[in-house]
Amino acid sequence: MFSLRDKKLAQDIVTQIKKKDVQLKFMHVCGTHQDTLVKHGLDALFNDCGIEIIQGPGCPVCVTTPREIEEMLLLARKGNIVTTFGDMIQVPGEHDSLQNIKAEGSDVRTVYGIEDAVQIAEDNEDKDVVFMSVGFETTTPMAAAAILNSPPSNFSILSCHRVVPPALQAIIEMGELKLNGIIEPGHVSTIIGSKPYEFISEKYGIPQVIAGFEPIDLLMGVWMLVQQVEKNKPKVENEYQRAVKEEGNVKAQKVVEEVFESCDVKWRGFPIIPESGLRLRKKFEEYDARKKYESNLEILKSKDFPEPKGCRCGEVLRGLITSKECPLFGKKCRPDSPVGPCMVSIEGSCNIEYRYLTS
Amino acid sequence: MCLAIPGKIVEINSDKGHATVDYGDGTKRKVNITLVEVKIGDYVLVHAGFAIQVLDEKEAQETLDLFREMLSSEEEA
Repeated sequence: MFSLRDKKLAQDIVTQIKKKDVQLKFMHVCGTHQDTLVKHGLDALFNDCGIEIIQGPGCPVCVTTPREIEEMLLLARKGNIVTTFGDMIQVPGEHDSLQNIKAEGSDVRTVYGIEDAVQIAEDNEDKDVVFMSVGFETTTPMAAAAILNSPPSNFSILSCHRVVPPALQAIIEMGELKLNGIIEPGHVSTIIGSKPYEFISEKYGIPQVIAGFEPIDLLMGVWMLVQQVEKNKPKVENEYQRAVKEEGNVKAQKVVEEVFESCDVKWRGFPIIPESGLRLRKKFEEYDARKKYESNLEILKSKDFPEPKGCRCGEVLRGLITSKECPLFGKKCRPDSPVGPCMVSIEGSCNIEYRYLTS
Repeated sequence: MCLAIPGKIVEINSDKGHATVDYGDGTKRKVNITLVEVKIGDYVLVHAGFAIQVLDEKEAQETLDLFREMLSSEEEA
């Protein structure tokens, strides 16, 4: 669209970055950014400029925990119709994935969005329908809007919604890597705007740029970060102004606020991150699968669900290793036989690396 | 998952809650527009069946112009 793949402009930006002669490490938290970086060879281009860009926990399917997958498997085995996004049904649980148990007869359905799941509930009044509601700030407003629209009583959601800024703070506080800047996710930011990131620059002195998803967007975003580092004036800048307003989408924020409240949740590869999850408010608990099926799910409470053997998705999600550094990558773990979620999701860094490396 | 695709509003349904979005490649889909204020002809970002933001084409062009300006001032420095 527009001139966001302008070769001359791209070359000019790279020339300017190269002139700076830097050694920097930036993180982004979005699978679509990773896709643009790898698909267009920008990651290699940035490496030549002394800039390493790593993908953090920016894939909602990838950070969904083994426990949440087991909850959904159990609800499917109990005879409910379970619905979720296509990537999610392939993520391996302890013994099975939703896809496996679908092959064995459970009613697991892939949907494009929550409205399709509500439609399934309307069409199947004699069955309970559960939607595994996964996603960051971009996706949560859809779930909230659907709940406010009074879906039928046989419909509920298993909320696996998470919010990005607390995870960024967790990564910084864990201190496992030193980041010189963060590329903030453009579409999450269309909803939340730029303010929720400000504390990171203020408290930790880390530059941030909200960037779009075309090659020029990322080149420009990185160049803006390099300039912030050079001037030593960390702040939040917005490269993606055609879609991101400073205040975000206020209408969507209000809908989310009305339906959800924050809670502490674990992310795959991370400990519990305070106020990084969203659960339905008490007012809407009739749609909360964890309340509705509390007695069914009780059995999972005392169990531990470790990561799959040998899987290093946790370290990939914390930005500590690249996909190729995992010994399972491309061998035991491939998109057609994934061991961990980062190889399943099209937003997972292992899947992206595998797809473009082998194509 | 946070993938959002730009498209053009070509028709607003009588329920005012949905619109037909043309993605420019022959694909048209019904999209929920309750989270945005839109009119026919607007470009929107669509995520999981919902329009999440109205795209500002003028802003996009201005951003590109600004990029070029920033780069040329850097070259002169």
